[in-house]
Amino acid sequence: MSGAGVPKIRLRGLAKSFGPKVVLDGVDLDIRAGHSMVILGGSGSGKSVTIKCILGLITPDAGTIEIDGRDVAKLSRREREAVNDRIGMLFQNGALFDSLPVWENVCFKLLAQRRITRRAARDKAAEVLAQVGLAASVSDLYPSELSGGMQKRVGLARAIAAEPDIIFFDEPTTGLDPIMGAVIDGLIVDCVKRLGATAVSITHDMASARRIGDDAAMIHRGKIVWTGAAATLGETGNAMVDQFARGEREGPIQMELRK
Amino acid sequence: MKAPEPLDRALDLTAAIGRAAILVLRGAGAVALFAAEAISHLLRPPFYGRLFLKAFIEIAWFSLPVVALTAVFTGMVLALQSYTGFARFNAEGAVANVVVLSITRELGPVLAGLMVAGRIGAAFAAEIGTMRVTDQIDALNTLSTNPMKYLVAPRLLAGTIAMPLLVVIADILGVMGGWLIGTQQLGFSSGAYLKATFDFLEAWDVISGLIKAAVFGFVVTLMGCWCGYQSGGGAQGVGRATTSAVVSSSILILALDYVLTAMMFTR
Ligand SMILES: Nc1ncnc2c1ncn2[C@@H]1O[C@H](COP(=O)(O)OP(=O)(O)OP(=O)(O)O)[C@@H](O)[C@H]1O
Ligand SMILES: [Mg+2]
Repeated sequence: MSGAGVPKIRLRGLAKSFGPKVVLDGVDLDIRAGHSMVILGGSGSGKSVTIKCILGLITPDAGTIEIDGRDVAKLSRREREAVNDRIGMLFQNGALFDSLPVWENVCFKLLAQRRITRRAARDKAAEVLAQVGLAASVSDLYPSELSGGMQKRVGLARAIAAEPDIIFFDEPTTGLDPIMGAVIDGLIVDCVKRLGATAVSITHDMASARRIGDDAAMIHRGKIVWTGAAATLGETGNAMVDQFARGEREGPIQMELRK
Repeated sequence: MKAPEPLDRALDLTAAIGRAAILVLRGAGAVALFAAEAISHLLRPPFYGRLFLKAFIEIAWFSLPVVALTAVFTGMVLALQSYTGFARFNAEGAVANVVVLSITRELGPVLAGLMVAGRIGAAFAAEIGTMRVTDQIDALNTLSTNPMKYLVAPRLLAGTIAMPLLVVIADILGVMGGWLIGTQQLGFSSGAYLKATFDFLEAWDVISGLIKAAVFGFVVTLMGCWCGYQSGGGAQGVGRATTSAVVSSSILILALDYVLTAMMFTR
């Protein structure tokens, strides 16, 4: 893969097991700065675990994670927090704070970092909510009063509100209608273009993957089995990736499951 | 060669006790580290005053009705019981003293502690446990917020401060409950009953009870937060966390009550 110098995120030999269950078994991956990476893989293949390892939420059993060329395991707690201050994350299930209204959820990080007053936070929240296609009137609702798709979009707004350098999207368009899905795709592309952010998205939607991704990687059985340009998904020449991208029942992945 | 059957069984039993002891010790160590980390966050900014206030109101204000009822009835029962019991050796006059000493030194803090364990320990464990299983605690980490500082520290502080206040009120209401029965049913005059109450009461009786209350408040909120923080496994896990928060803090209250009493009243 080309690209100027150090990748934004570099994974080497990342391994993680839960008890006897091996989830990651030596993941190697480079994510280019200022580009959008899409991670593909079957359900339960360890995509979310990979992201949680990068965020420091799960401690890997082995392997290194470098962000901007620095091994995060060697950082002090304060330095680690400083790295995380520049990262945004959309959780697969939203993970909104259900004791806080929507506007406080959206501006949580800005408020925590004291970059904004509580008064200004309401306006800021309305602005970010508009970007994800939500009316300012949802500001005062609580997460439990929102539909699933609305929760997803509030989670998205929360992830991007602080304008981070690196953004992780764990299934950003799952549960949205097709038009809203396309709007969110556009928003992710915009974050990368306008903010110069590095985006890492997990998705099962191939059309969406081609729209938002510069690069793509496929994880299978705990390893990265393919990386390449997202635009080529579906005709990569790699039997496994093509089967996955086209959603075919017959192919190498099916064969392995039968064993 | 096999050991004879009874010896085998005895060894099994020792091994089981040993395993349980190791488990308890390891748990106690982990809880102690958890508490130490939370306390260290109370000393370093940022401080979450808003969250402290919310927890404080939850503990002090909303526990007030339960604690008040418990105290009044306990005072009433104490008066009745000691009157009928002491009548056997003509010591009915000691009713007021017995009520005030039992309430301030013992029953006020212990019963209020147990009530708060049921209310607050359970509520905190359920709330924090739910946050754990729905990734909200992970989300805090990604949003420049330390979950120990945000979730645990303010609650511990609130519990430690709120419990003594609750117990002051419990003390007053407990004495009033005794006075009510004493004057309405047992034939004491109001003045004589109150005079007897305060004549033998020492400041230390009340203060020792308040120290106990502070410790119990800390323990209840600590176990609530700890059990919630450690929970996993979906709704069932949260249910288990809630149960163990209430059970463990209740047992700890009773055990620590003995330890504290021994420390404060045996010279
Ligand atoms: N905290 C955990 N404890 C035990 N096992 C876990 C834990 N987190 C994840 N796993 C296991 O790790 C595997 C990978 O999980 P992960 O959430 O990364 O899957 P995924 O690739 O994101 O799948 P999906 O597309 O369905 O979200 C799963 O088999 C899951 O059972
Ligand atoms: Mg996932």
